[in-house]
Amino acid sequence: MDLRQKNKLLYARAAFGISLTDFGTPMPVAQAVDSLFPKAAPGNLDMITDADWLDNSPKALRMIGDDQERKEKQKEFRDRTKDINLVWVEAMVDSNYPLLEKVALFWHGHFATRFDNPYFDQKLLNIFRTQGLGNFRDLLGAVSKSPAMLQFLNNRQNRKEHANENFAREVMELFTLGRGHYTEDDVKAAARAFTGWNFDEYGNFIFKTKQHDDGIKTFLGKTGNLDGDDVLSIILEQKQTAVFITQKIYRFFVSDSKIDDRRVNELAEGFYQSGYDISGLLKKIFTSDWFYSDSIVGAKIKSPIELLVGYQRLLSLSFENEQTLINLQRVLGQYLFNPPNVAGWPGGKYWIDSSSLVIRMRLPEALLKSRDLDLSAKQTDPDAGTRQMAMAMDKQKPQQFKIGKVDVDWTPYLAYWRNYKTEELPAALAGFLLPKPLSQEQLNEVSNYADKDNNDDYIKSLTILMMMLPEYQLT
Amino acid sequence: MAISRRKFIQLSSLASASLMVPKFLKGFEFRPDLKMQGNKILVVLQLSGGNDGLNTVIPYRNDIYYKSRPLIGIKKDSAIALTDDIGLHPSLKLLKNLYDNGSVSIVNGVGYPTPDRSHFRSMDIWQSGSKADEVVTTGWLGRYLDQACADCNIHSTMAIEVDDTLSLAMKGKEKNAVAVKDVDRFHNAATSGFVRNLASHEEEHEAQLADYLYQTLRETVSAADYVYAQSKLYKTTQTYPDTPIGKQLKVVGNLINSNADTRVYYVSHGSFDTHVAQQERQKNLFDQLDGALGAFVADLKQSNRFDDVLIMTFSEFGRRVSQNASNGTDHGTASSMFLIGGGLKKAGIYNDIPSLADLDNGDLKYEIDFKQVYSTVLDNWLQTNSHDILGRRFDGLGIV
Repeated sequence: MDLRQKNKLLYARAAFGISLTDFGTPMPVAQAVDSLFPKAAPGNLDMITDADWLDNSPKALRMIGDDQERKEKQKEFRDRTKDINLVWVEAMVDSNYPLLEKVALFWHGHFATRFDNPYFDQKLLNIFRTQGLGNFRDLLGAVSKSPAMLQFLNNRQNRKEHANENFAREVMELFTLGRGHYTEDDVKAAARAFTGWNFDEYGNFIFKTKQHDDGIKTFLGKTGNLDGDDVLSIILEQKQTAVFITQKIYRFFVSDSKIDDRRVNELAEGFYQSGYDISGLLKKIFTSDWFYSDSIVGAKIKSPIELLVGYQRLLSLSFENEQTLINLQRVLGQYLFNPPNVAGWPGGKYWIDSSSLVIRMRLPEALLKSRDLDLSAKQTDPDAGTRQMAMAMDKQKPQQFKIGKVDVDWTPYLAYWRNYKTEELPAALAGFLLPKPLSQEQLNEVSNYADKDNNDDYIKSLTILMMMLPEYQLT
Repeated sequence: MAISRRKFIQLSSLASASLMVPKFLKGFEFRPDLKMQGNKILVVLQLSGGNDGLNTVIPYRNDIYYKSRPLIGIKKDSAIALTDDIGLHPSLKLLKNLYDNGSVSIVNGVGYPTPDRSHFRSMDIWQSGSKADEVVTTGWLGRYLDQACADCNIHSTMAIEVDDTLSLAMKGKEKNAVAVKDVDRFHNAATSGFVRNLASHEEEHEAQLADYLYQTLRETVSAADYVYAQSKLYKTTQTYPDTPIGKQLKVVGNLINSNADTRVYYVSHGSFDTHVAQQERQKNLFDQLDGALGAFVADLKQSNRFDDVLIMTFSEFGRRVSQNASNGTDHGTASSMFLIGGGLKKAGIYNDIPSLADLDNGDLKYEIDFKQVYSTVLDNWLQTNSHDILGRRFDGLGIV
């Protein structure tokens, strides 16, 4: 594999696709990998301020006497999850450190929550963005103590007299060990240890001593007056946690079709020995020789977010109707902050069925020629975290949505490809846009359908046609 | 099941030679009295948003009901009487006719242990057919497809959802249903020149994933062609209401009456999330539902297919027993399901409404696990093995 193709693969996996600038001036692998890691901690996204939250918290809402007024205010606030969604997507598109956003996207699917509280959503997202490349021990602790997770997995209802096992179960099954590496007794003991973990009206973690069960518990073989922190530590002592997280990282960044167990175990060993250094694990992957082998190329199906952000980064799309990006996430099956369940998006082949494939194949013309898709997204009912919130819910109607006008900046793109001779264009464009080269027969086929009126139109139409190929869905 | 590219081409050319053409001919020769033997069809009707079971199937002699719902309780004299104790929502007039003809079975108190009151989570549980404390990423009808359609590589129209995108219920491990909201539009989108051309590519794809994508594409094009051709074979004389549910059931009626090979259809109606002003919203939705069902059933009866079709309604949950302060109801638990069709073995009211005196924190206690209803439908109607699809044995209800 030549350096340029290596860079392309790296940026496809560690970012949201390679830019033409980087494609034009390939870098040695080590240097390219190094350039992806931020040198300073990123700032928080703060669409929703603390003051906004205080003004919209359950306590503040209870002060509003008028039913209608309260409901409208609630709905307005809930809808701001869309603002966070769009701001985050913008960060993925514009960021100089797309790896940071890519990793945050990974953790968003790993520690999946969904409940229409934009302030808590934002807090959790900021944990993913600021600690996602740090240490998994810190990340797990911060997530477990975030109001989003405490509320989503019902740990607020987990009390000494009446345990709620939801968080205790999922933290092991989905976030650390995976099924089969703990018993039901471990779940019960862990639930007891997490009693009393709660948050205050500002969303700050608090420990409610009175609700905590301080009896003796036995968890994964350790006995004592264990609390939640002890349980997380014991979980992290298990090498299986490193294996489980490494498997998931491998599936997300390397291959969602084939897992090489030997390779994963080797990586997991290093991850464990490093004390769970996430950046170290990723650097190891991206600088390994095996990462740049043919079996890795095209071994992943792009997620809807990778696909959409990829388009945006490549051609600086701007949407007249910003709701379009939300609707596209919904019809393509990856609506940020709305994962299907606590297990996140299953990914891989699950992204593709007959309808999503056809929508993906129509997307290039929709985005680059503002051609409407004539689709409606499934209605997703806003969920009620509390009965008070549930009361205020009113429905969005299932609506036909319009892509609307999309501005495309073709100028730098065309300038780059004008340097190529007409007959070189199909193969050159395929080499840039698709994971693997196309056969001569396929190139001819695409070229036959292309618009040959003038060179610029030829470049544009070849680009659109290649983006319609099933291969474009792979990375 | 992976099938090699070349083998697929062989299969599909065989298919078009020997299988598809006769079916088209059969369609053209369509006569209303010609029944497709043994071809039982399931239509799943999802009532999205949590339909209030107690104002649908009404315990109108129960004082607790009226005490709990002083303003939104449906009065005995406006409900449609089914028995001395139970009435039907006033808008469900056609359903009452069908009930009188022995074509409706009402199962009350359907739910599951440790109910979840979040829309999306509870819907996930119903659509995947899982327990409340497990996460399953395939749907119960998708797994039915995996089992029943293991060999149908020709086109995957065995299950159709009338929408632009596919619900979890219709996604299997190996097989997925097809989502078609508007037959002509779907055909247009899936078979434009370039796309059709891609689907007919013959070379092998070395990468497994590219193979999967091309196979999905071929199945899609083939399904779009098939559904499009079928849809032209039958023209209904019924007038379906111009409502979302009316339009969906029109697509279903059209395909059933053209003898399409589809066994499962999936439609949705809603939203029933009646936190506020429940009476008006539920009435509107039931008026639309009853009207659409009326046209659909008449359409099926006209072609003698009503005995072959089973309509099953469900909602992700019922609602609380007590009304709230906004003349609505909040998220609850167990609710009623309707099984409608000409071929029921046991019609009428299957079981009593759960006690309103013995509640779980203000909510009904479920009496029948929804997976018992699924297993009944899978084993006795779709004639498959529910144990493999639901992961364990559930006692059937003997309704079909």
